[in-house]
Amino acid sequence: MKRRNLLATAAMGLGLVLGGGAFAQGMDHVKACFVYVGPIGDGGWTFQHNEGANAVKEAFGDKVEIQYQESVPEGADAERVLTQMALGGCNIIFTTSFGYMDATNAVAAKFPDVKFEHATGFKRDSANVSTYNARFYEGRAVQGLIAGRMTKSNKIGYIGSFPIPEVIMGINSYYLNAKKVNPDVELSVVWAFTWFDPAKEADAAKALIDQGVDVIASHTDSTAPLAEAAKTENVIGFGQASDMAEYKDGPRVSSIIDNWGPYYVKRVGALLDGTYEQADAWEGIAGGEVLIGEITDRIPADVKAEAEALRDAIAAGTVHPFTGPIKKQDGSDWLADGATAPDGDLLGMMFFVEGITGDIPQ
Amino acid sequence: MLRLEKRPTPSRFWLYATPPVAVVLTMIVGGILFAMMGKNPFEVIRTIFWDPVFGEFAFYLRGQLLVKAGPLILIAIGLALGFRAGIWNIGAEGQYIMGAICGAAVGLAVFPTENRLIFPVMVVAGAFGGWAWAMIPAILKTRFNTNEILVSLMLVYVAETILAKASTGFLKNPEGMGFPGSRNFSSFPAAQNSYIYEPLGLHWGGVAALVTGVLAYILLTRHQAGFQIRLAGQAPRAARFHGVSPARLVVMCMGISGALAGLAGMFEVTGPAGQISIDFNSGYGFTAIIVAFLGRLNPLGIVLAGFLMALTYVGGEMASTNLGLPDAAIQVFQGMLLFFLLAVDVLTNYRFRLSMGAKA
Repeated sequence: MKRRNLLATAAMGLGLVLGGGAFAQGMDHVKACFVYVGPIGDGGWTFQHNEGANAVKEAFGDKVEIQYQESVPEGADAERVLTQMALGGCNIIFTTSFGYMDATNAVAAKFPDVKFEHATGFKRDSANVSTYNARFYEGRAVQGLIAGRMTKSNKIGYIGSFPIPEVIMGINSYYLNAKKVNPDVELSVVWAFTWFDPAKEADAAKALIDQGVDVIASHTDSTAPLAEAAKTENVIGFGQASDMAEYKDGPRVSSIIDNWGPYYVKRVGALLDGTYEQADAWEGIAGGEVLIGEITDRIPADVKAEAEALRDAIAAGTVHPFTGPIKKQDGSDWLADGATAPDGDLLGMMFFVEGITGDIPQ
Repeated sequence: MLRLEKRPTPSRFWLYATPPVAVVLTMIVGGILFAMMGKNPFEVIRTIFWDPVFGEFAFYLRGQLLVKAGPLILIAIGLALGFRAGIWNIGAEGQYIMGAICGAAVGLAVFPTENRLIFPVMVVAGAFGGWAWAMIPAILKTRFNTNEILVSLMLVYVAETILAKASTGFLKNPEGMGFPGSRNFSSFPAAQNSYIYEPLGLHWGGVAALVTGVLAYILLTRHQAGFQIRLAGQAPRAARFHGVSPARLVVMCMGISGALAGLAGMFEVTGPAGQISIDFNSGYGFTAIIVAFLGRLNPLGIVLAGFLMALTYVGGEMASTNLGLPDAAIQVFQGMLLFFLLAVDVLTNYRFRLSMGAKA
């Protein structure tokens, strides 16, 4: 047979033969594949996704086969890796970085029978593409409360990676919840323009400390901000993406842990038992995707109790981190008294709330 | 005992034998490494070197080889011209980025106009972007005698910062919901670098790479400028007596290599990559330096070297995914190739002599 045409015909053929059935019927064996943007030993983002993959293996044992590829550059290389995986018999492919969005959708269109799951994206061009993300802003609210209570200088800081809604909603949530417990608090934001660059992240932390900031939250992937904070007495910070427990004796007072395992187990399980459907998942503390790492003894017992109460209230759904009245930075109204933020507003959030100084870089 | 002795003239045999010997040595030592990691070395080597070309999925992967090799070849040929003349442009990565930004900016500025002229103008803009970025170290060198290695390298980081600004600011997709990255060229046919023949992975960048290979070969062997480049590299004093202006040569070589790197970036962003994004550059500009030396700074050699390098990438990915090898092991394997190349290269200019006892 003509192998050259196989790609197109196989994709179409499989789609025709299995397309209807695959959604309804279960499978005996699933090959689940993961595409990582960094090395699995990065201690943060990719490490946590790989932990999720391990959870899948643990949950289903011999019924699943796991394959992964580390450090895949976003762009043309991602498209090739995805195609190889699809050709190689992967049934479901998790692409774990925002930058894989176009590659995921392009390859998914050619392999209608393979399921694609793209983390943190918003494009679902074909029926076999799902997206998933976690409500990290819920964790930011808990961090904001701790920051507001703990700061002595009333100056708190945030290391932003890129000015995108994902990051901006985290900053707003952090600030609003700090302000709620400490009306005098001021927030400084430094943009690092990177996800992973320990040197730049350390510089950003240093710039904040030089301004008198004594509580630092970061939205980048390495432990460098904590290492920098450890050099100055009385500066505290938080673990990001992973628990970063090695700084527990130092500046790390709590953390946001990305816990992808439950979602990965659920999706692969659905594929196995035939209940898989296209989804746009956005779970938070309640769904177990966002975990709050242990709050250390550096935090007084009453503040710790208050933070844990906030965490539990968010999980129970009785508190939403964005509850009105909230105005935008320019003074215009955003949320009326008692109203909570609709998801659409959060996902497209390109403004700071009232009280934050500085502009979002454009 | 064994002694290294300089050859009166470089060995022609070793000049051409070095790359294959280096490849074989890499396979042997790499195989030992893979065996120590508990993998079947023959299976790994077969996955890397054989499967992409003749294996089960070769119908797809063969095309990917040219997609990957194209930009490497295009950039490496430009670099080789300079390297031959002793002009060290290390910043092709930056020129690649600037070419992509300029080319993309021209196209995006007229979105969504459909006109046959758009793509050719973008090609020119891409070449111009790379050329202009390379002119900075070139002019600083000719005017102020700065070191082009340092300046061109540092400008890579400047270009990366501009790239971040472009994808979060002036080239950001207005319909991208605030996320970084430009519009995707796959939805803009007039500005898209689409495949001419997809099973071979042939797009305009691949055509440009192959044509440039032939043109550069003719330039070096048949043309006055090529003679000047070779002379300046081999005997700078003689070149000066021969009327070669060092300043002109610097501007010419940096200009050509910058323009070619810019072209590579432009073809990549409008084709395989599809959009300007923060991590758009994936190291082609640096890898091309290895390709240039692997190809003996000879344009035709570089074409072969580009394919070999692409093979280690595409095959390396296969080995990594299918056989569970860590990404770092593949990188070590690629690094070995350069290491052995340089090590064996000693034999081109030196030879081993077995000397008799006392004389040592």
